[in-house]
Amino acid sequence: MAAPRTLFDKVWEQHIVAEPDGEPTLIYIDLHLVHEVTSPQAFDGLRMTGRKLRRPDRHLATVDHNVPTTSAQDRLVIADPISAAQVNALRKNCAEFGVEFFDVQDRSQGIVHMIGPELGATKPGMTIVCGDSHTSTHGAFGALAFGIGTSEVEHVMATQTLPQHKPRTFRIIVDGNLPFGVAAKDIILEIIGQIGTDGATGYVVEYAGSTIRALSMEGRMTICNMSIEAGARAGMIAPDETTFAYLQGRRLSPRGAAWEDAVEYWRTLPSDPGATYDRELYIDATRLAPRVTWGTSPGMVTSIEGKVPSVEDGKNEAERRSFERALEYMDLKPGTPMEEIKVDAVFLGSCTNSRIEDLRAAAAVVGGHHVAKTVRAMVVPGSQAVKRQAEEEGLDNIFKSAGFEWREPGCSMCLGMNPDILAPGERCASTSNRNFEGRQGRGGRTHLVSPEMAAAAAITGRLTDIRKWKPNNPRQELAEGGSR
Amino acid sequence: MQPINVIRSKAVPLPLPNIDTDQIIPKQFLKRIERTGYGDFLFFDWRRIQEGANAGEPNPDFVLNRPEYHGAEILIAERNFGCGSSREHAAWALRQFGFLVVIAPTFAEIFSSNAGKNGIVLVRLTEEQVQTLLSRSTANPEHQLTVSLEDQSVTDIDGFSAHFDIDPFRKFCLLNGLDDIGLTLRHEQELDRFELNHDKDFWFLPNAGIA
Ligand code: SF4
Repeated sequence: MAAPRTLFDKVWEQHIVAEPDGEPTLIYIDLHLVHEVTSPQAFDGLRMTGRKLRRPDRHLATVDHNVPTTSAQDRLVIADPISAAQVNALRKNCAEFGVEFFDVQDRSQGIVHMIGPELGATKPGMTIVCGDSHTSTHGAFGALAFGIGTSEVEHVMATQTLPQHKPRTFRIIVDGNLPFGVAAKDIILEIIGQIGTDGATGYVVEYAGSTIRALSMEGRMTICNMSIEAGARAGMIAPDETTFAYLQGRRLSPRGAAWEDAVEYWRTLPSDPGATYDRELYIDATRLAPRVTWGTSPGMVTSIEGKVPSVEDGKNEAERRSFERALEYMDLKPGTPMEEIKVDAVFLGSCTNSRIEDLRAAAAVVGGHHVAKTVRAMVVPGSQAVKRQAEEEGLDNIFKSAGFEWREPGCSMCLGMNPDILAPGERCASTSNRNFEGRQGRGGRTHLVSPEMAAAAAITGRLTDIRKWKPNNPRQELAEGGSR
Repeated sequence: MQPINVIRSKAVPLPLPNIDTDQIIPKQFLKRIERTGYGDFLFFDWRRIQEGANAGEPNPDFVLNRPEYHGAEILIAERNFGCGSSREHAAWALRQFGFLVVIAPTFAEIFSSNAGKNGIVLVRLTEEQVQTLLSRSTANPEHQLTVSLEDQSVTDIDGFSAHFDIDPFRKFCLLNGLDDIGLTLRHEQELDRFELNHDKDFWFLPNAGIA
């Protein structure tokens, strides 16, 4: 009998094109997602060498990083000439090389990691790459999905393959019911806090356990999305009924007899009983509390009940140096309770947390309240599809009447390549994935939180423990933050 | 890509862990559609004074701005160098600034792959060895290191000598300046065969495309 295999092993072995001696394995890439920032130099490389796309039908492109989110009109005519040039370059390149392209006004446009799943392009068992580190998101469907650089983008375009060393496997089991107020975001922030931002370097992480099984596809995507923040090559979750239900009926999902065959195949993918991993970690979900980052790396994270650490809390010399730098950059005093930290801005968006479920959760917190006077808050749906759905459900009105800006889809303030940025010194509660120095704008300070926590922070004007939140609280109870 | 083997140079010490690619090349430079011209933007935000009357001026304290270190081809940093965004612009900026070698205890994966494809040798040493080199280059900016890719060694005249591991295939490509696409196309027949079967096996999975 064949040895038990992991989900990763099965997908990997299915895609081996060649295993040359002393060289990395050549693996086949089923789907390549393209956006405007990391592709122009790759298309140029093809032109320079006279190469074509080997399989145009295995590529999908959209614009997300650079596009303004203020209005549909601002997107059609992008004011910043350099952003406009980059968007135009992608338009031209897609037309020239025959790649399906979702332009700014397209019904299917959105952040590249949103639209893959929404279109049903992302499917279990596939190999998926994109010139973007958060490609790990697609692993939520049981695909092997990882970010690549621009040279590799060109390589995939020309050959539909990538030379890859086989990564090791790391199973993280999360078990138990999530306590009230604890979200998928908190699970992954907890994991990164435990293992560090390089804790999974060299590994593909498989998330398993009853907590993961109970999550929706949205929650699973949030977790896989931030695998890269732990250094992982990819994150994966075995496909199950939740996965199939999500995929059924989507544009690029199989239909009819093909659907039956697909599901039958997908059911063979989960790890066999007894399959072994190079490393394992167990997390008891019942003990989790909402998490919030205090520093300039996603590993600098604590509980909302926690305090800002001091330099001495660093485990070694290097960590103490980076704590010192982070405390200074974040302008935080050691010992300050996290709940006392005031924020100037709130960003609800990004490929980590801008799906319909995230917006619903945030809207449930916001309903009946108003954003603190000192806070500017914005909601940026991750895709046109999410925006439409949210508007159908009236979520946009809940946000707007509470004082949030309701924007057009894109990456927006996740990385501030478009005009949505923090001013120097501004402090933001953000549902995105990176709190690096200057990530949301030069000198800007980022605290990563779940959508619920971001919504509450917008209303109170400070980092807020969502577990103490009473929906539709009378205004006076919030006066302290609200009238600061 | 230029073949690369022995690099003898002074080294720039950057004693911080988790230096992410957002710092190596800030986002404002990702809008360019060219592949060259990134050297001037390396560590851009760290190289400028951020606040006060002189905001925007070069920060004389930042190590890359110090004339003693000009011309260095080696950078030394602490663990998890190159984490974060996949932007290959980080590798372009380092290479185009003039760095041929980065020494650190560990590197993030996507960055490692990008660096290799752009002719940058990544040298992984122990934390202790890195600390030794950091302090020597901090104490004496002229301190010369010799990195030999062929021998997989780092040495200096004060008796430092360390061996480093590197993937043999990466080493082969760096030594010979080989382009990955060309190498892959040696397997074109296998690829044709694989693809035919793969398309047949997974007939039930629709692809994208207007083509
Ligand atoms: S939303 Fe943020 S993390 Fe996601 S693809 Fe866009 S810039 Fe990258």
